Amino acid sequence: MAVNAIEINNLVRKFGQLVAVDGISFNVQKGEIFGFLGPNGAGKTTTINILCTLLLPTSGNAYINGHDVVKERRQVQRSIGLVFQDPTLDDYLTAEQNLIFHAYAYGVPHDIREKRMSELLELVQLTDRRKNRVATYSGGMKRRLELARGLLHHPQILFLDEPTLGLDPQTRRLIWDHINTLRQQENLTIFMTTHYMDEAEYCDRIAIIDHGKIVALDTPKFLKDSLGGDTVSVQADNHEQALQELTESFHLAPIVQNGMINFSVKQSDTFLPEFMRSFRSGLRSISVHRPTLDDVFLKLTGRAIRDQEASAWDQMRRMMGGGMHG
Amino acid sequence: MKMAEELRGIWVIAYRDLLRFLQERARLLSTFAMPILFLIIFGAGFKNVIGPMAPGVDFVQFIYPGIIAMTILMGSLMSGLSIVWDREFGFLREVLVAPISRSSIVLGKIIGSTIVSLGQAIIMLVLAPFLQVELSLILILKLIPILIIISIAISGLGILIASRMRSQQGFQLLVQIVIMPMTFLSGIFFPVNNVAVWLSVISKLNPLTYGVDAVRQVFLGVTTAPAQAIGVTIFGHTMGVLDDTLIVVGLGALLVILAVISFSKQD
Repeated sequence: MAVNAIEINNLVRKFGQLVAVDGISFNVQKGEIFGFLGPNGAGKTTTINILCTLLLPTSGNAYINGHDVVKERRQVQRSIGLVFQDPTLDDYLTAEQNLIFHAYAYGVPHDIREKRMSELLELVQLTDRRKNRVATYSGGMKRRLELARGLLHHPQILFLDEPTLGLDPQTRRLIWDHINTLRQQENLTIFMTTHYMDEAEYCDRIAIIDHGKIVALDTPKFLKDSLGGDTVSVQADNHEQALQELTESFHLAPIVQNGMINFSVKQSDTFLPEFMRSFRSGLRSISVHRPTLDDVFLKLTGRAIRDQEASAWDQMRRMMGGGMHG
Repeated sequence: MKMAEELRGIWVIAYRDLLRFLQERARLLSTFAMPILFLIIFGAGFKNVIGPMAPGVDFVQFIYPGIIAMTILMGSLMSGLSIVWDREFGFLREVLVAPISRSSIVLGKIIGSTIVSLGQAIIMLVLAPFLQVELSLILILKLIPILIIISIAISGLGILIASRMRSQQGFQLLVQIVIMPMTFLSGIFFPVNNVAVWLSVISKLNPLTYGVDAVRQVFLGVTTAPAQAIGVTIFGHTMGVLDDTLIVVGLGALLVILAVISFSKQD
């Protein structure tokens, strides 16, 4: 029987009165990219710290590669590679020295080390900077170096805690290219957190944590579908007539908001052509909004993935969402 | 196998501290600044004031061994500072998630800072000829083990403090509160027997006093110097090099054990 990459059973961590992680359970399969999303302070970092042996759980168990994170720390540490959101490189040393430190610390034999270092540096495109001090690196270069370092000891599971936070779009793109290449080469399981919706889309499955509890766990597609389909907004010549037609002929539940008529349909791509053909009230405009993970996140946690202020659109969708599912 | 793994862990921690130290030229220079400053200020400035309290030896020759001990003290505290530093700049996480036990990390840090501070103390020996302090190979060979023992003890203290400190400022503050009085009340600058009783008592309670005394006795030679006047006397017994060393060894063992316990305590 195949062992799960990560198994978490009823994990609890308290800090005094505060319950940071409140009895979470889930498994991550081997080879999966697993997204762990949640608002700031929801318990993400606490969970990751427990999984990588930096923090003890108050109760419950967690297994990495079948090894208990409390009782078999050494095996757990050997199984995992980490890229934290805050840099953990020694700025005063060169890239090469940082990697050598890591190789020694994990007991990577000398001959394998040299080969592996060259390969990984080549892959993250830092070969020409390997003799430079890390202090001279940009934020994106540091993150790439951390990625290379995290993989130096051939871990089976890679933890990426906000791997691209604060980086520009090109660099984020580059880092993701590296992650995808490496994932295929090394048959890695990836456990990641992110504040970027497009990165969450890369995940095979996503767990959303809020107030220390898992509030949703499914594939990105399923999570989005669970919102009840796409939202169509139309402006008609005559709202009264249009509303009547939508209700009676199309059996929809339209709502008027900000001068727009909104309604939701399961599959807008097949619905729209048919709708355009047979809708008799005059149309002035039509627009479609397909649900995003941000919408899912917003609905479940009441906050946007990125801690931005909810726009008018978001607020409307939230109200509609409540109406549709309430 | 297991043992080899621990030794490798200890070595890599020490190695990185050494590597890093060599790269930080500014720090390399700054660790000498304080001892040399004290040597100049006290040696020249207070020579005629404190000098008569240490009869039988030239005052510069009296404080010079103390300054060597002080160099060790300053260098050894870097063990703690480097932990606090690593914690603040994130590198400590890289160390803590690596398959290295906490006690190996502590031992590695102690070894690293002991090598660094021993190196610094040896560099300070270059000043000896200019101060008419006699040096011989035998003296240096006797000196090194004592300096190592002092350095291990103080490194342990540094890590003990650092294991509970979250910021550099906090560490520096505690260092100033604890270390500055320890330095001044350790017999580096005046013989602890020839001062007011209260000052003498506090100094004799200070473990560093015995480290300083051991170093000084090695330099001055117990037989040639008027040991009664300069050495540390407890209840009429004048401490010899061995007595001093045993006290530092005992204290060092205690500090290192406490450092390991404190640093291993997991959140």
